[in-house]
Amino acid sequence: MSHSFPFRRVYGAAIVLAVITLYGLLSALVGDGIWDALSWVAMAVPLVVIAWKFGSGRRKPTQAANRQ
Amino acid sequence: MKIFHSIRPQAVRTWYRIHKWSSLICTAFLLIACITGLPLVFMDELIDLTQPHEHPVATPAGASLVSLDQLVRQTETLYPSLHAYAVALDDDEPRVFVTMTATPNPKSAADLHAVVYDAHTGKQLKQPQFGGSFLDAVFRLHRELFLGLSGELLMGAMSLSFVLSLISGALVYGPFMRRLDFGTYRSQAAARVRWFDLHNLLGIVTLSWALVIGLTGVMNALATPLFGLWRAQTMPALLAPYRGQPVPQRFASIDQAMASAAKALPYMETTSVLFPNAVVGSSRHYIVWTRGKTPMTSRLFTPVLVDASTGQVTVAKALPWYLRLLEVCRPLHFGDYGGLPLKILWALFDVAIIMVLGSGLYLWVSRRRTPIEKELDRLVALKEEESQGV
Repeated sequence: MSHSFPFRRVYGAAIVLAVITLYGLLSALVGDGIWDALSWVAMAVPLVVIAWKFGSGRRKPTQAANRQ
Repeated sequence: MKIFHSIRPQAVRTWYRIHKWSSLICTAFLLIACITGLPLVFMDELIDLTQPHEHPVATPAGASLVSLDQLVRQTETLYPSLHAYAVALDDDEPRVFVTMTATPNPKSAADLHAVVYDAHTGKQLKQPQFGGSFLDAVFRLHRELFLGLSGELLMGAMSLSFVLSLISGALVYGPFMRRLDFGTYRSQAAARVRWFDLHNLLGIVTLSWALVIGLTGVMNALATPLFGLWRAQTMPALLAPYRGQPVPQRFASIDQAMASAAKALPYMETTSVLFPNAVVGSSRHYIVWTRGKTPMTSRLFTPVLVDASTGQVTVAKALPWYLRLLEVCRPLHFGDYGGLPLKILWALFDVAIIMVLGSGLYLWVSRRRTPIEKELDRLVALKEEESQGV
């Protein structure tokens, strides 16, 4: 039974980010004011993740390269 | 997830092939759309910046509006060779746009001439014309590649291909990433590995935004034919009672038509009137567009058909579900519904997609040196061995 595809490890973060993005997209659509602000925060999350992953990949080259 | 228990090498190869071909088909068009989309996100700001318009004078709240009939008459005197096409109230400022046209079926902003008035004083305000401007050209390139309706449909098909490439891309992401951490970026590795990591990182993180843009892009491309379909289904029945009667030479008051529409739908506000027009509306009716008053419902427009000879409402019925869906989803393509910060985020996502397209193209161009199919076979084979070993 055991050795199945590690779905949660591979897709877990992606699904969380998708939910956050979709919330951000809809939040500004249903209201103004605080709803817009919440949308900005949510939509910034995926972009921050990109910057973070890209930056940490550059800082820790060997560790990441070993995991080919 | 159950479906991933039974990944077959054959299935992964099929997804990969779908990803490759759907991407190759749409990449060039998507690059055009993404690059032209970048300035279009800031269209309002750019127009204000490059072509500032005259603002109406400040008036106390609740001041009465000028007569629309009078503004239309005034405009017709200014442009005797043109016909009144529509009258619209501005969303942001107390301004009235009277749009004139030489052709009953304007194809772009260049076929329309807008004259702008202060909604309270009736004074004409200076307004640069959008038609023929640089941004108008960028907009037409983005929407229809200067090819009219066929270009619109082509871009819609490319959007659909993009959606297919996103879904298949997300599916092959799994097998490719199963031995890597989320967001791995190997900055010291060979160029191909770096671009591969970047493609996966940017692609998976922006996936849901890109899906929304792709799907709403398909819907926007279908807007013209869908409105045409609705017109073809609605108009003949409405026009049947008038058969054989001459077209009225004098039209009823526009102010009265607006008032009748507002009375028929008290929970809506009137925003614009389309003049009787056999090509895009009805030759017998004013079409008064109304919308809801809350942020949520303000994107849901309901047309009210007002008999152009009597000024009385003929019908005020909500649009069919497919057009309502279209209206609600529309802003999700433009990103113009949450202030300037949302527009900036929109532009950053757009740049990320350009990089996904660019890296994808690079991976395909450099494919011969490391056939990706072989890499996939290796990854799938690894997995098979693992599962057999346990």
